[in-house]
Amino acid sequence: MIARLLTPHSLRTLLPAVSLAALLAAIFYLQPRTMSYFGLNLLLNLAVPIALATVAQMFILCVNDLDLSLGAFISLTACITATWLHDTPLLGALALAGCVLAYAGLGALIHLRNLPSIVVTLGMSFVWMGIAVLILPTPGGKAPDWIRSLMTLKPALIPFPIIALVVLGGIVQIALMRSAPGVVLRGAGGNPQSVARAGWSILRVKMIMFGLAGLFGVLAGMALVGLTTSADANIALRYTLLSIAGVILGGGEFTGGRISPIGAVIGAVTLALAGSFLSFLRLNPDWQIGAQGAILILVLALRVIINRTAAKS
Amino acid sequence: MMNKTITLTGVALACLMGTTAIADTADKRIALSNNYAGNSWRQAMLTSWETVTGQAVADGTVAAADAFTTAENQVTEQAAQIQNLILQGYDAIVINAASPEGLNGAVKEACDAGVVVVSFDGIVTEPCAWRIAVDFHEMGKVQVEYLATRLPDGGDLLEIRGLAGVFVDDAISGGIHEGVSENSQFAIKGSVHGNWAQDVSQKAVAGILPSLPEIKGVVTQGGDGYGAAQAFKAAGRDMPIIVMGNRQDELAWWKEQKDATDYQTMSVSIAPGVSTLAFWVAQQVLDGKDVPKDLTVPFLTITQDTLEDNLATTQEGGVANVEYSLEDAQSVINEAM
Repeated sequence: MIARLLTPHSLRTLLPAVSLAALLAAIFYLQPRTMSYFGLNLLLNLAVPIALATVAQMFILCVNDLDLSLGAFISLTACITATWLHDTPLLGALALAGCVLAYAGLGALIHLRNLPSIVVTLGMSFVWMGIAVLILPTPGGKAPDWIRSLMTLKPALIPFPIIALVVLGGIVQIALMRSAPGVVLRGAGGNPQSVARAGWSILRVKMIMFGLAGLFGVLAGMALVGLTTSADANIALRYTLLSIAGVILGGGEFTGGRISPIGAVIGAVTLALAGSFLSFLRLNPDWQIGAQGAILILVLALRVIINRTAAKS
Repeated sequence: MMNKTITLTGVALACLMGTTAIADTADKRIALSNNYAGNSWRQAMLTSWETVTGQAVADGTVAAADAFTTAENQVTEQAAQIQNLILQGYDAIVINAASPEGLNGAVKEACDAGVVVVSFDGIVTEPCAWRIAVDFHEMGKVQVEYLATRLPDGGDLLEIRGLAGVFVDDAISGGIHEGVSENSQFAIKGSVHGNWAQDVSQKAVAGILPSLPEIKGVVTQGGDGYGAAQAFKAAGRDMPIIVMGNRQDELAWWKEQKDATDYQTMSVSIAPGVSTLAFWVAQQVLDGKDVPKDLTVPFLTITQDTLEDNLATTQEGGVANVEYSLEDAQSVINEAM
């Protein structure tokens, strides 16, 4: 049993969870107050939108692309949520659906014109930000009541963020890793030629994956506004890098097809907690970004070591 | 043993001395959540915080007063920071906010957890928090009121505005125009944008001067008075009364003119030490005092008589500063009652 747990493959799968557990243990030790319903709620609620953003990024990485516009896109959806969805729900819902379709369209454009996704999404990030500023020129807006009450839900026993994170990881894991369509979607990232030869349309796969990324981006924006109660055209710019780091930290790879949905959620939570951990350590803020990077390098270095041992055996 | 006795005596002495000032806040901890530290005003703000709160902690008025600055000026990061501060068990959080609206969720969490939240400079709109706001409108108006005392017969004015599209610029300018409409002996003959920078102001004023009649006074927004003076000098025009904005270069020029020609004017701006006012307000709230939710920062006004003192304490390239005391905070609170 122990021998099976120590194989490189299972070590690799366990690494994200072990890093998270270590970080949580350190936080509980440094700040025992966090070890309560109230504490976990505060510690993890801002991780929910980050996790949704990370899952969105994961869909893009899965088909061998990279999305540099995700933070700006989530800022835009947050602005739409805080303005149109609050004032005129129908218009807001249509606009958000339009955002998802636009993302699917981007997938089609990238595939049909064979464009590098980094260039397209970098360009689109300015478009998203521009629209966000047009919709909400100064910080403001108001979260729709139902989103606000959902995000501040206080269920008995288990804090809402934990339930949300587990449900999110579980659903995407089952849909992508355990279902037949999921295999095709992942296969299109890992080996597009063979999937195309087997008769599936790569165009459709890309559109679905980009559309899913758009959908989770919209959810991230809505969740974020539910927590902050209002929006700002720059509110989620950090999410671009956080989401990429989260996927990689959770065991995903930049080469398509190799992803882990549960790992991505765990990676996102780890990154969110790393910030809290460093602030509980009373580390000078000038060093915090560097220290966050150091945590990332540490986990990735561990993974390389595990991979090397796998290659040797 | 000897050392211990000395320490104990020290503590006893501190307790005796502090009994009047300290009430129930000796075991309270206050945190500063700051979103940005990248300019001289913010640096001075943090230094003032350290000086004043360091003394307050040493005196036993509060148990701790730690400053936290986010690494990036981002709403999500500051929201997470505030939530971490709640978890660290601070009794009050003093905030200079990255966004007036974006932190409301985190601020509400803090209030619900029983934490006192006091925002200043960058204020938050969440109703449960205290706000120490700057009355920029009034800051414009007092300039015209000062000119009215100096120039009873009135005259033509030049207005230097700030950065277009920023609400501060609109607020100060609105106050200036209200002042002019109440003092009909004045007329604003020209208006340029100086972007709160001396070089931009100098160019802008130099550009508009040839088209203007004799200017009696220049109303400004701070950071532009020195540039305006240089433009007037270069054009060979009579030096009008230029209202200054507490910057060191402006005060130095004023002093030079005062010594040479007995030049008289005034200077007004907000002191970075407003962070310490927020600290004392938080302390007063923790002490159980009844404090109104909306307070106004007093301006730091420099007059002909206080020029030398302020210039001496202002660093080159900096802004005149003042650190507030408990008494200052109490008088601000009483005024708002």
